[in-house]
Amino acid sequence: MARTRTAPTRRLLQGVRYHGFGATAAILFLAPLAWSVLVSFKPSVEARQPPLPPWPVGGFSVQNYDNLAQYGAGIWTYAGNSLAVSAATVVASVLVSLLAGYGFSRFQFPLKNVLFVLIISTVMIPFQSILTPLFLILTKLGLQNTLTGIVLVYVTLQLPFSTFMMRNAFDAVPKEIEEAARADGASVFAVLYRIMLPLVLPGVATVAIFAFLASWNEFLAALILLTDQKKYTLPVLMAAVRSGQFGTIDWGAVQSGVTLMMAPCLALFLLLQRYYIRGLTAGAVK
Amino acid sequence: MTDTPQLPDRPPRRLRTARQRRKQLVGLLFVAPALCLVLLFFVIPLGMAFWMSLHNWPLLGKPRFIWFGNYSRLFGDAQFWSSLRFTVYYTLIVTVAIFSVAFPLALFVEKARPLTKLYRTAFFLPVVVGFGSASLLWAWLLDVDSGLFSPAAYWLGLTAQKINLLADFDTTFWSIIIMVVWKTAGFNMIILLTGLQGISTEVQEAARMDGASPWQRFRRITLPLMRRTIALALILSVAGSMLAFDQFYIIADGGPQNSTITAVYWIFSQSFMSFHLGYGAALSMVLLAILVVISVVQLRLLRSPEGM
Repeated sequence: MARTRTAPTRRLLQGVRYHGFGATAAILFLAPLAWSVLVSFKPSVEARQPPLPPWPVGGFSVQNYDNLAQYGAGIWTYAGNSLAVSAATVVASVLVSLLAGYGFSRFQFPLKNVLFVLIISTVMIPFQSILTPLFLILTKLGLQNTLTGIVLVYVTLQLPFSTFMMRNAFDAVPKEIEEAARADGASVFAVLYRIMLPLVLPGVATVAIFAFLASWNEFLAALILLTDQKKYTLPVLMAAVRSGQFGTIDWGAVQSGVTLMMAPCLALFLLLQRYYIRGLTAGAVK
Repeated sequence: MTDTPQLPDRPPRRLRTARQRRKQLVGLLFVAPALCLVLLFFVIPLGMAFWMSLHNWPLLGKPRFIWFGNYSRLFGDAQFWSSLRFTVYYTLIVTVAIFSVAFPLALFVEKARPLTKLYRTAFFLPVVVGFGSASLLWAWLLDVDSGLFSPAAYWLGLTAQKINLLADFDTTFWSIIIMVVWKTAGFNMIILLTGLQGISTEVQEAARMDGASPWQRFRRITLPLMRRTIALALILSVAGSMLAFDQFYIIADGGPQNSTITAVYWIFSQSFMSFHLGYGAALSMVLLAILVVISVVQLRLLRSPEGM
Protein backbone atom coordinates (compact mmCIF):
# COMPACT_ATOMS: atom_id res chain seq x y z
CA MET A 1 0.00 0.00 0.00
CA ALA A 2 2.57 2.51 1.18
CA ARG A 3 4.53 2.17 -2.04
CA THR A 4 1.58 3.01 -4.22
CA ARG A 5 0.62 6.18 -2.30
CA THR A 6 1.14 9.35 -4.26
CA ALA A 7 2.72 12.38 -2.65
CA PRO A 8 -0.55 14.38 -2.34
CA THR A 9 -2.34 11.47 -0.66
CA ARG A 10 0.50 11.07 1.80
CA ARG A 11 0.44 14.74 2.60
CA LEU A 12 -3.30 14.61 3.09
CA LEU A 13 -3.01 11.68 5.48
CA GLN A 14 -0.28 13.46 7.39
CA GLY A 15 -2.46 16.52 7.61
CA VAL A 16 -5.40 14.53 8.90
CA ARG A 17 -3.22 12.86 11.52
CA TYR A 18 -1.64 16.14 12.55
CA HIS A 19 -4.88 18.05 12.88
CA GLY A 20 -6.68 15.07 14.37
CA PHE A 21 -4.19 14.99 17.22
CA GLY A 22 -4.02 18.77 17.51
CA ALA A 23 -7.77 19.27 17.63
CA THR A 24 -8.34 16.44 20.11
CA ALA A 25 -5.64 17.69 22.45
CA ALA A 26 -6.83 21.30 22.12
CA ILE A 27 -10.39 20.25 23.00
CA LEU A 28 -9.16 18.32 26.05
CA PHE A 29 -7.26 21.37 27.30
CA LEU A 30 -10.04 23.85 26.60
CA ALA A 31 -13.00 21.71 27.70
CA PRO A 32 -12.76 22.27 31.48
CA LEU A 33 -12.51 26.05 30.97
CA ALA A 34 -15.45 26.07 28.58
CA TRP A 35 -17.48 23.76 30.80
CA SER A 36 -17.11 26.05 33.77
CA VAL A 37 -18.00 29.19 31.82
CA LEU A 38 -21.04 27.56 30.19
CA VAL A 39 -22.38 26.16 33.46
CA SER A 40 -22.05 29.55 35.13
CA PHE A 41 -24.79 30.78 32.76
CA LYS A 42 -27.26 28.01 33.56
CA PRO A 43 -30.26 28.73 35.75
CA SER A 44 -29.43 28.02 39.37
CA VAL A 45 -31.46 24.81 39.68
CA GLU A 46 -30.05 23.39 36.48
CA ALA A 47 -26.49 24.18 37.60
CA ARG A 48 -26.96 21.86 40.56
CA GLN A 49 -27.45 18.93 38.17
CA PRO A 50 -24.51 17.20 36.48
CA PRO A 51 -23.43 19.42 33.55
CA LEU A 52 -24.61 17.17 30.73
CA PRO A 53 -24.88 18.87 28.34
CA PRO A 54 -22.66 21.74 29.53
CA TRP A 55 -24.63 24.52 27.87
CA PRO A 56 -27.75 26.01 29.49
CA VAL A 57 -30.77 23.96 28.41
CA GLY A 58 -33.33 25.99 30.32
CA GLY A 59 -32.16 29.23 28.74
CA PHE A 60 -29.30 31.57 29.39
CA SER A 61 -29.38 33.01 32.93
CA VAL A 62 -27.30 35.14 35.30
CA GLN A 63 -28.90 33.66 38.43
CA ASN A 64 -25.59 32.10 39.49
CA TYR A 65 -23.95 35.50 39.35
CA ASP A 66 -26.77 36.96 41.42
CA ASN A 67 -26.27 34.19 43.98
CA LEU A 68 -22.53 34.73 43.95
CA ALA A 69 -23.11 38.40 44.67
CA GLN A 70 -24.87 37.51 47.94
CA TYR A 71 -21.87 35.95 49.69
CA GLY A 72 -20.46 37.79 52.70
CA ALA A 73 -19.91 41.47 52.07
CA GLY A 74 -20.99 41.16 48.43
CA ILE A 75 -18.94 39.97 45.50
CA TRP A 76 -18.00 43.48 44.42
CA THR A 77 -16.16 44.02 47.69
CA TYR A 78 -14.05 40.95 47.01
CA ALA A 79 -13.61 41.60 43.32
CA GLY A 80 -12.65 45.16 44.30
CA ASN A 81 -10.10 43.85 46.80
CA SER A 82 -8.60 41.54 44.18
CA LEU A 83 -8.52 44.29 41.59
CA ALA A 84 -6.98 46.82 44.00
CA VAL A 85 -4.31 44.35 45.13
CA SER A 86 -3.43 43.36 41.56
CA ALA A 87 -3.40 46.91 40.22
CA ALA A 88 -1.22 48.12 43.09
CA THR A 89 1.13 45.13 42.72
CA VAL A 90 1.50 45.83 39.00
CA VAL A 91 2.21 49.54 39.47
CA ALA A 92 4.58 49.06 42.39
CA SER A 93 6.42 46.14 40.73
CA VAL A 94 6.96 48.15 37.58
CA LEU A 95 8.12 51.21 39.50
CA VAL A 96 10.51 49.42 41.83
CA SER A 97 11.99 47.17 39.16
CA LEU A 98 12.31 50.02 36.68
CA LEU A 99 14.45 51.94 39.16
CA ALA A 100 16.40 48.87 40.27
CA GLY A 101 16.95 47.65 36.71
CA TYR A 102 18.27 51.05 35.69
CA GLY A 103 20.49 51.27 38.77
CA PHE A 104 21.98 47.83 38.26
CA SER A 105 22.42 48.33 34.54
CA ARG A 106 23.92 51.81 34.40
CA PHE A 107 25.65 52.67 37.67
CA GLN A 108 28.70 51.47 39.56
CA PHE A 109 28.49 51.31 43.33
CA PRO A 110 30.03 49.24 46.10
CA LEU A 111 28.67 45.70 46.49
CA LYS A 112 26.64 46.08 43.32
CA ASN A 113 26.94 42.46 42.26
CA VAL A 114 26.39 41.13 45.76
CA LEU A 115 23.18 43.14 46.07
CA PHE A 116 21.97 42.02 42.66
CA VAL A 117 22.60 38.38 43.50
CA LEU A 118 20.90 38.88 46.87
CA ILE A 119 17.71 40.05 45.16
CA ILE A 120 17.80 37.36 42.46
CA SER A 121 18.62 34.51 44.82
CA THR A 122 15.47 35.01 46.87
CA VAL A 123 13.78 33.06 44.09
CA MET A 124 15.43 29.94 45.48
CA ILE A 125 13.86 30.37 48.91
CA PRO A 126 10.24 29.26 49.04
CA PHE A 127 8.12 32.09 50.45
CA GLN A 128 5.93 29.42 52.05
CA SER A 129 8.66 28.98 54.63
CA ILE A 130 8.64 32.60 55.83
CA LEU A 131 4.90 33.19 56.11
CA THR A 132 4.81 33.13 59.91
CA PRO A 133 7.48 35.83 60.35
CA LEU A 134 5.86 37.83 57.56
CA PHE A 135 2.61 37.68 59.49
CA LEU A 136 4.37 38.96 62.64
CA ILE A 137 6.29 41.70 60.82
CA LEU A 138 3.16 42.96 59.08
CA THR A 139 1.40 42.95 62.46
CA LYS A 140 4.25 45.05 63.95
CA LEU A 141 3.96 47.51 61.07
CA GLY A 142 0.19 47.67 61.48
CA LEU A 143 -0.17 46.18 58.00
CA GLN A 144 -1.46 42.73 58.87
CA ASN A 145 -4.92 42.18 57.45
CA THR A 146 -4.51 45.13 55.09
CA LEU A 147 -4.40 45.13 51.32
CA THR A 148 -1.30 47.35 51.49
CA GLY A 149 0.52 44.67 53.46
CA ILE A 150 -0.23 41.94 50.98
CA VAL A 151 0.73 44.18 48.06
CA LEU A 152 4.15 44.77 49.65
CA VAL A 153 4.62 41.03 50.03
CA TYR A 154 3.58 40.37 46.43
CA VAL A 155 5.89 43.07 45.07
CA THR A 156 8.76 41.53 47.02
CA LEU A 157 7.97 38.06 45.70
CA GLN A 158 8.02 39.44 42.15
CA LEU A 159 11.35 41.23 42.63
CA PRO A 160 13.79 38.52 41.55
CA PHE A 161 11.94 38.15 38.26
CA SER A 162 11.10 41.81 37.70
CA THR A 163 14.57 43.13 38.60
CA PHE A 164 16.24 40.54 36.39
CA MET A 165 13.88 41.35 33.52
CA MET A 166 14.35 45.12 33.77
CA ARG A 167 18.13 44.97 34.15
CA ASN A 168 18.30 42.90 30.96
CA ALA A 169 15.98 45.35 29.23
CA PHE A 170 18.23 48.29 30.14
CA ASP A 171 21.38 46.34 29.25
CA ALA A 172 20.00 45.90 25.74
CA VAL A 173 19.77 49.69 25.20
CA PRO A 174 22.99 51.20 23.75
CA LYS A 175 24.72 53.55 26.19
CA GLU A 176 25.25 56.21 23.49
CA ILE A 177 21.56 57.06 23.47
CA GLU A 178 21.44 58.34 27.00
CA GLU A 179 24.95 59.81 26.87
CA ALA A 180 23.78 62.08 24.09
CA ALA A 181 20.81 63.15 26.19
CA ARG A 182 22.98 63.69 29.27
CA ALA A 183 25.33 65.82 27.20
CA ASP A 184 22.35 68.00 26.37
CA GLY A 185 21.98 68.60 30.08
CA ALA A 186 18.97 66.42 30.88
CA SER A 187 18.72 65.19 34.48
CA VAL A 188 19.00 61.52 35.43
CA PHE A 189 15.27 61.18 35.96
CA ALA A 190 14.41 63.00 32.77
CA VAL A 191 16.66 60.62 30.85
CA LEU A 192 15.06 57.62 32.52
CA TYR A 193 11.51 58.83 31.99
CA ARG A 194 11.70 60.50 28.58
CA ILE A 195 14.35 58.49 26.79
CA MET A 196 14.84 55.12 28.42
CA LEU A 197 11.26 54.27 29.41
CA PRO A 198 9.93 54.09 25.85
CA LEU A 199 12.83 51.84 24.93
CA VAL A 200 12.24 49.33 27.71
CA LEU A 201 8.44 49.25 27.42
CA PRO A 202 8.37 45.61 26.24
CA GLY A 203 10.18 44.66 29.45
CA VAL A 204 7.69 46.72 31.44
CA ALA A 205 4.82 44.86 29.76
CA THR A 206 6.38 41.52 30.71
CA VAL A 207 6.89 42.58 34.32
CA ALA A 208 3.34 43.95 34.49
CA ILE A 209 1.58 40.86 33.14
CA PHE A 210 3.54 38.53 35.44
CA ALA A 211 2.81 40.76 38.43
CA PHE A 212 -0.88 40.82 37.56
CA LEU A 213 -1.29 37.08 37.10
CA ALA A 214 0.73 36.26 40.23
CA SER A 215 -1.14 38.65 42.50
CA TRP A 216 -4.59 38.03 41.04
CA ASN A 217 -4.21 34.27 41.46
CA GLU A 218 -2.18 34.02 44.68
CA PHE A 219 -3.92 32.02 47.37
CA LEU A 220 -1.80 30.86 50.33
CA ALA A 221 -0.32 34.19 51.43
CA ALA A 222 -3.71 35.88 51.05
CA LEU A 223 -5.35 33.10 53.05
CA ILE A 224 -2.93 33.66 55.92
CA LEU A 225 -2.34 37.40 55.86
CA LEU A 226 -5.94 38.54 55.32
CA THR A 227 -7.85 37.47 58.41
CA ASP A 228 -10.89 39.72 58.19
CA GLN A 229 -13.54 38.37 55.85
CA LYS A 230 -14.15 41.83 54.35
CA LYS A 231 -10.54 41.92 53.16
CA TYR A 232 -10.60 38.58 51.32
CA THR A 233 -9.47 38.44 47.74
CA LEU A 234 -11.48 36.34 45.27
CA PRO A 235 -9.51 33.07 45.62
CA VAL A 236 -9.78 33.18 49.43
CA LEU A 237 -13.50 33.95 49.29
CA MET A 238 -14.22 31.20 46.78
CA ALA A 239 -12.22 28.65 48.77
CA ALA A 240 -14.34 29.58 51.79
CA VAL A 241 -17.49 29.08 49.73
CA ARG A 242 -16.20 25.71 48.53
CA SER A 243 -15.39 24.57 52.07
CA GLY A 244 -18.99 25.23 53.05
CA GLN A 245 -18.36 28.28 55.25
CA PHE A 246 -21.39 29.93 53.66
CA GLY A 247 -23.65 26.89 53.94
CA THR A 248 -24.37 24.23 51.34
CA ILE A 249 -22.10 24.57 48.35
CA ASP A 250 -23.86 26.21 45.43
CA TRP A 251 -21.78 24.86 42.54
CA GLY A 252 -23.41 27.20 40.04
CA ALA A 253 -22.30 30.18 42.09
CA VAL A 254 -18.83 28.66 42.49
CA GLN A 255 -18.49 28.31 38.70
CA SER A 256 -19.58 31.90 38.19
CA GLY A 257 -16.85 32.84 40.68
CA VAL A 258 -14.34 30.71 38.79
CA THR A 259 -15.36 32.39 35.54
CA LEU A 260 -14.95 35.80 37.15
CA MET A 261 -11.46 34.83 38.34
CA MET A 262 -10.37 33.28 35.03
CA ALA A 263 -11.69 35.93 32.65
CA PRO A 264 -9.09 38.67 33.24
CA CYS A 265 -6.22 36.16 33.14
CA LEU A 266 -7.34 34.66 29.85
CA ALA A 267 -8.10 38.05 28.29
CA LEU A 268 -4.80 39.54 29.37
CA PHE A 269 -2.85 36.56 28.15
CA LEU A 270 -4.53 36.53 24.76
CA LEU A 271 -3.85 40.25 24.38
CA LEU A 272 -0.27 40.26 25.62
CA GLN A 273 0.80 36.72 24.76
CA ARG A 274 4.03 37.89 23.15
CA TYR A 275 5.25 39.60 26.31
CA TYR A 276 4.20 36.74 28.52
CA ILE A 277 6.02 34.07 26.52
CA ARG A 278 9.07 36.34 26.39
CA GLY A 279 9.15 36.41 30.16
CA LEU A 280 8.87 32.64 30.34
CA THR A 281 11.63 31.97 27.88
CA ALA A 282 13.94 34.65 29.33
CA GLY A 283 14.48 32.36 32.28
CA ALA A 284 14.76 29.25 30.13
CA VAL A 285 17.31 30.59 27.69
CA LYS A 286 19.55 32.23 30.27
CA MET B 1 32.20 43.92 37.25
CA THR B 2 34.61 45.99 39.28
CA ASP B 3 35.06 49.72 39.00
CA THR B 4 37.53 50.86 36.40
CA PRO B 5 40.92 51.12 38.13
CA GLN B 6 41.63 54.69 39.12
CA LEU B 7 44.79 56.27 37.91
CA PRO B 8 46.51 57.68 41.00
CA ASP B 9 47.98 61.00 39.85
CA ARG B 10 45.69 62.64 37.41
CA PRO B 11 45.18 66.27 38.31
CA PRO B 12 41.40 66.68 38.53
CA ARG B 13 41.19 63.60 40.69
CA ARG B 14 39.32 65.11 43.60
CA LEU B 15 36.74 66.57 41.33
CA ARG B 16 36.43 63.30 39.53
CA THR B 17 36.01 61.20 42.66
CA ALA B 18 33.43 63.60 44.01
CA ARG B 19 31.44 63.23 40.86
CA GLN B 20 31.96 59.52 40.87
CA ARG B 21 30.83 59.27 44.45
CA ARG B 22 27.72 61.22 43.61
CA LYS B 23 27.05 58.85 40.74
CA GLN B 24 27.55 55.89 43.05
CA LEU B 25 25.06 57.38 45.46
CA VAL B 26 22.52 57.92 42.69
CA GLY B 27 22.95 54.29 41.64
CA LEU B 28 22.39 53.12 45.19
CA LEU B 29 19.29 55.30 45.45
CA PHE B 30 17.86 53.67 42.34
CA VAL B 31 18.18 50.19 43.77
CA ALA B 32 17.25 51.22 47.32
CA PRO B 33 13.48 50.56 47.14
CA ALA B 34 14.04 47.03 45.84
CA LEU B 35 16.69 46.40 48.48
CA CYS B 36 14.51 47.69 51.31
CA LEU B 37 11.66 45.41 50.25
CA VAL B 38 13.91 42.38 50.02
CA LEU B 39 15.47 43.13 53.40
CA LEU B 40 12.21 43.83 55.19
CA PHE B 41 10.03 41.17 53.61
CA PHE B 42 12.54 38.45 52.83
CA VAL B 43 15.92 38.57 54.56
CA ILE B 44 14.65 39.61 58.00
CA PRO B 45 11.72 37.13 57.93
CA LEU B 46 14.16 34.42 56.94
CA GLY B 47 16.38 35.15 59.94
CA MET B 48 13.31 35.44 62.11
CA ALA B 49 12.00 32.09 60.92
CA PHE B 50 15.20 30.45 62.10
CA TRP B 51 15.08 32.35 65.41
CA MET B 52 11.46 31.35 65.93
CA SER B 53 12.24 27.73 65.19
CA LEU B 54 14.36 27.70 68.36
CA HIS B 55 11.41 28.81 70.48
CA ASN B 56 8.18 27.59 71.85
CA TRP B 57 6.27 30.46 70.23
CA PRO B 58 2.55 30.73 70.93
CA LEU B 59 0.33 33.23 69.11
CA LEU B 60 -0.24 35.17 72.35
CA GLY B 61 2.09 35.20 75.33
CA LYS B 62 5.83 35.07 75.68
CA PRO B 63 8.04 32.89 73.46
CA ARG B 64 10.32 30.52 75.36
CA PHE B 65 13.78 29.62 74.07
CA ILE B 66 14.09 25.83 73.80
CA TRP B 67 17.22 25.37 71.65
CA PHE B 68 16.56 22.64 69.13
CA GLY B 69 13.51 21.29 70.93
CA ASN B 70 11.25 21.80 67.92
CA TYR B 71 13.66 19.95 65.67
CA SER B 72 13.86 16.94 67.95
CA ARG B 73 10.07 16.95 68.26
CA LEU B 74 9.86 16.86 64.51
CA PHE B 75 11.52 13.44 64.42
CA GLY B 76 8.66 11.94 66.36
CA ASP B 77 5.94 13.73 64.39
CA ALA B 78 4.30 10.93 62.40
CA GLN B 79 2.10 13.33 60.40
CA PHE B 80 5.16 15.35 59.37
CA TRP B 81 6.91 12.27 57.99
CA SER B 82 3.82 11.01 56.24
CA SER B 83 3.28 14.48 54.74
CA LEU B 84 6.85 14.61 53.54
CA ARG B 85 6.58 11.10 52.12
CA PHE B 86 3.34 11.99 50.39
CA THR B 87 4.81 15.22 48.98
CA VAL B 88 7.82 13.39 47.53
CA TYR B 89 5.55 10.66 46.12
CA TYR B 90 3.30 13.29 44.55
CA THR B 91 6.30 15.18 43.17
CA LEU B 92 7.76 12.09 41.49
CA ILE B 93 4.50 10.98 39.92
CA VAL B 94 3.29 14.40 38.82
CA THR B 95 6.66 15.30 37.29
CA VAL B 96 6.77 12.11 35.23
CA ALA B 97 3.13 12.66 34.22
CA ILE B 98 3.72 16.28 33.22
CA PHE B 99 6.75 15.39 31.13
CA SER B 100 5.08 12.53 29.34
CA VAL B 101 2.40 14.97 28.20
CA ALA B 102 4.51 18.11 27.74
CA PHE B 103 7.29 16.54 25.66
CA PRO B 104 5.01 15.16 22.92
CA LEU B 105 3.17 18.49 22.89
CA ALA B 106 6.45 20.39 22.47
CA LEU B 107 7.49 18.12 19.60
CA PHE B 108 4.03 18.56 18.10
CA VAL B 109 4.06 22.36 18.07
CA GLU B 110 7.75 22.74 17.20
CA LYS B 111 7.44 22.91 13.45
CA ALA B 112 5.22 25.74 12.22
CA ARG B 113 2.30 24.41 10.17
CA PRO B 114 -1.17 25.83 9.63
CA LEU B 115 -2.99 26.23 12.99
CA THR B 116 0.11 25.38 15.07
CA LYS B 117 -0.07 28.72 16.86
CA LEU B 118 -3.72 28.11 17.68
CA TYR B 119 -2.95 24.67 19.14
CA ARG B 120 -0.07 26.07 21.16
CA THR B 121 -2.30 28.75 22.64
CA ALA B 122 -5.00 26.19 23.46
CA PHE B 123 -2.53 23.93 25.29
CA PHE B 124 -1.17 26.90 27.18
CA LEU B 125 -4.39 28.58 28.31
CA PRO B 126 -4.86 26.56 31.55
CA VAL B 127 -1.41 27.80 32.69
CA VAL B 128 -2.55 31.40 33.10
CA VAL B 129 -5.56 30.41 35.19
CA GLY B 130 -4.61 30.41 38.85
CA PHE B 131 -4.17 27.23 40.86
CA GLY B 132 -7.00 28.46 43.06
CA SER B 133 -9.47 28.85 40.19
CA ALA B 134 -8.34 25.60 38.58
CA SER B 135 -8.79 23.76 41.89
CA LEU B 136 -12.29 25.17 42.35
CA LEU B 137 -13.17 24.19 38.82
CA TRP B 138 -11.94 20.61 39.32
CA ALA B 139 -13.46 20.30 42.77
CA TRP B 140 -16.75 20.78 40.98
CA LEU B 141 -15.93 18.41 38.09
CA LEU B 142 -15.06 15.80 40.73
CA ASP B 143 -18.16 16.34 42.85
CA VAL B 144 -20.24 13.22 43.22
CA ASP B 145 -23.68 14.80 42.66
CA SER B 146 -23.22 18.01 40.66
CA GLY B 147 -19.92 17.20 38.99
CA LEU B 148 -19.04 15.72 35.63
CA PHE B 149 -16.94 12.59 35.98
CA SER B 150 -18.84 10.28 38.27
CA PRO B 151 -22.35 11.14 36.96
CA ALA B 152 -21.05 10.72 33.41
CA ALA B 153 -19.47 7.35 34.24
CA TYR B 154 -22.72 6.28 35.87
CA TRP B 155 -24.87 7.35 32.92
CA LEU B 156 -22.58 5.61 30.49
CA GLY B 157 -23.03 2.46 32.54
CA LEU B 158 -19.35 2.25 33.47
CA THR B 159 -20.15 2.20 37.19
CA ALA B 160 -23.12 0.67 39.01
CA GLN B 161 -23.59 3.80 41.08
CA LYS B 162 -22.21 7.31 41.34
CA ILE B 163 -18.79 6.98 42.94
CA ASN B 164 -17.49 9.74 45.19
CA LEU B 165 -14.03 10.17 43.73
CA LEU B 166 -12.89 12.20 46.72
CA ALA B 167 -13.71 9.49 49.25
CA ASP B 168 -10.82 7.26 48.31
CA PHE B 169 -7.09 8.08 48.36
CA ASP B 170 -6.22 6.68 44.95
CA THR B 171 -9.05 8.32 43.05
CA THR B 172 -8.41 11.63 44.84
CA PHE B 173 -4.70 11.43 44.15
CA TRP B 174 -4.99 10.55 40.46
CA SER B 175 -7.73 13.13 39.91
CA ILE B 176 -5.42 15.80 41.28
CA ILE B 177 -2.53 14.48 39.16
CA ILE B 178 -4.70 14.81 36.03
CA MET B 179 -5.78 18.29 37.05
CA VAL B 180 -2.17 19.43 37.61
CA VAL B 181 -1.02 17.92 34.31
CA TRP B 182 -3.86 19.75 32.55
CA LYS B 183 -2.89 22.98 34.31
CA THR B 184 0.93 22.85 33.88
CA ALA B 185 1.71 20.78 30.75
CA GLY B 186 1.53 23.92 28.59
CA PHE B 187 4.11 25.67 30.74
CA ASN B 188 6.58 22.81 30.42
CA MET B 189 5.78 22.55 26.72
CA ILE B 190 6.96 26.15 26.19
CA ILE B 191 10.14 25.62 28.21
CA LEU B 192 10.96 22.44 26.27
CA LEU B 193 10.08 24.20 23.04
CA THR B 194 12.80 26.80 23.61
CA GLY B 195 15.27 23.93 23.97
CA LEU B 196 14.04 22.21 20.82
CA GLN B 197 14.29 25.41 18.83
CA GLY B 198 17.84 25.90 20.06
CA ILE B 199 18.98 22.76 18.21
CA SER B 200 20.28 23.67 14.79
CA THR B 201 18.37 22.14 11.91
CA GLU B 202 21.65 21.30 10.17
CA VAL B 203 22.54 18.74 12.81
CA GLN B 204 19.17 17.05 12.41
CA GLU B 205 19.44 17.20 8.62
CA ALA B 206 22.93 15.70 8.64
CA ALA B 207 21.72 12.83 10.83
CA ARG B 208 18.77 12.25 8.52
CA MET B 209 21.12 12.14 5.51
CA ASP B 210 23.21 9.55 7.34
CA GLY B 211 20.10 7.43 7.64
CA ALA B 212 19.22 7.91 11.30
CA SER B 213 15.62 6.99 12.09
CA PRO B 214 13.33 9.57 13.80
CA TRP B 215 13.65 7.69 17.09
CA GLN B 216 17.45 7.53 16.80
CA ARG B 217 17.56 11.23 16.04
CA PHE B 218 15.39 11.98 19.06
CA ARG B 219 17.38 9.69 21.34
CA ARG B 220 20.91 10.58 20.15
CA ILE B 221 20.58 14.23 19.13
CA THR B 222 17.49 15.92 20.52
CA LEU B 223 17.64 14.55 24.06
CA PRO B 224 21.38 15.12 24.69
CA LEU B 225 21.30 18.62 23.21
CA MET B 226 18.30 19.50 25.38
CA ARG B 227 19.89 18.39 28.62
CA ARG B 228 20.00 21.90 30.07
CA THR B 229 16.43 22.73 29.13
CA ILE B 230 15.17 19.42 30.44
CA ALA B 231 17.07 19.97 33.68
CA LEU B 232 15.52 23.42 34.04
CA ALA B 233 11.98 22.23 33.36
CA LEU B 234 12.50 19.29 35.67
CA ILE B 235 13.74 21.39 38.53
CA LEU B 236 10.97 23.96 38.14
CA SER B 237 8.45 21.16 38.21
CA VAL B 238 10.05 19.42 41.19
CA ALA B 239 10.38 22.62 43.23
CA GLY B 240 6.82 23.66 42.42
CA SER B 241 5.40 20.26 43.31
CA MET B 242 7.32 20.03 46.58
CA LEU B 243 5.50 23.24 47.58
CA ALA B 244 2.05 22.09 46.45
CA PHE B 245 -0.78 23.37 48.59
CA ASP B 246 -3.74 25.02 46.80
CA GLN B 247 -5.10 21.96 44.99
CA PHE B 248 -4.87 19.70 48.04
CA TYR B 249 -6.43 22.28 50.33
CA ILE B 250 -9.24 23.30 47.98
CA ILE B 251 -10.10 20.01 46.27
CA ALA B 252 -9.44 17.44 48.97
CA ASP B 253 -9.03 19.41 52.19
CA GLY B 254 -6.12 17.06 52.93
CA GLY B 255 -8.44 14.08 52.92
CA PRO B 256 -9.55 11.40 52.87
CA GLN B 257 -8.29 10.78 56.43
CA ASN B 258 -5.42 13.29 56.15
CA SER B 259 -3.84 11.17 53.42
CA THR B 260 -3.23 14.09 51.04
CA ILE B 261 -1.70 16.57 53.47
CA THR B 262 1.39 18.00 51.80
CA ALA B 263 4.42 19.47 53.56
CA VAL B 264 3.24 23.05 53.08
CA TYR B 265 -0.24 22.05 54.21
CA TRP B 266 1.18 20.62 57.42
CA ILE B 267 3.23 23.77 58.05
CA PHE B 268 0.11 25.84 57.41
CA SER B 269 -1.93 23.71 59.75
CA GLN B 270 0.66 23.76 62.56
CA SER B 271 1.32 27.50 62.25
CA PHE B 272 -2.09 28.93 61.49
CA MET B 273 -4.62 26.42 62.72
CA SER B 274 -2.89 25.06 65.84
CA PHE B 275 -0.80 28.24 66.32
CA HIS B 276 2.42 26.39 67.12
CA LEU B 277 4.38 29.17 65.45
CA GLY B 278 7.81 27.99 66.63
CA TYR B 279 7.18 24.42 65.57
CA GLY B 280 5.78 25.58 62.24
CA ALA B 281 8.97 27.61 61.74
CA ALA B 282 11.11 24.53 62.39
CA LEU B 283 9.09 22.58 59.82
CA SER B 284 9.58 25.49 57.40
CA MET B 285 13.33 25.38 57.91
CA VAL B 286 13.43 21.69 57.01
CA LEU B 287 11.38 22.27 53.87
CA LEU B 288 13.56 25.25 52.99
CA ALA B 289 16.71 23.16 53.36
CA ILE B 290 15.28 20.52 51.03
CA LEU B 291 14.41 23.14 48.42
CA VAL B 292 17.76 24.86 48.63
CA VAL B 293 19.45 21.52 47.98
CA ILE B 294 17.20 21.09 44.92
CA SER B 295 18.12 24.59 43.71
CA VAL B 296 21.83 23.95 44.18
CA VAL B 297 21.56 20.74 42.20
CA GLN B 298 19.77 22.78 39.56
CA LEU B 299 22.59 25.30 39.30
CA ARG B 300 25.15 22.50 39.10
CA LEU B 301 23.28 20.83 36.28
CA LEU B 302 22.81 24.08 34.40
CA ARG B 303 26.43 25.08 34.72
CA SER B 304 27.94 21.75 33.77
CA PRO B 305 30.04 22.12 30.61
CA GLU B 306 28.55 19.23 28.65
CA GLY B 307 25.27 21.14 28.41
CA MET B 308 24.35 23.24 25.42
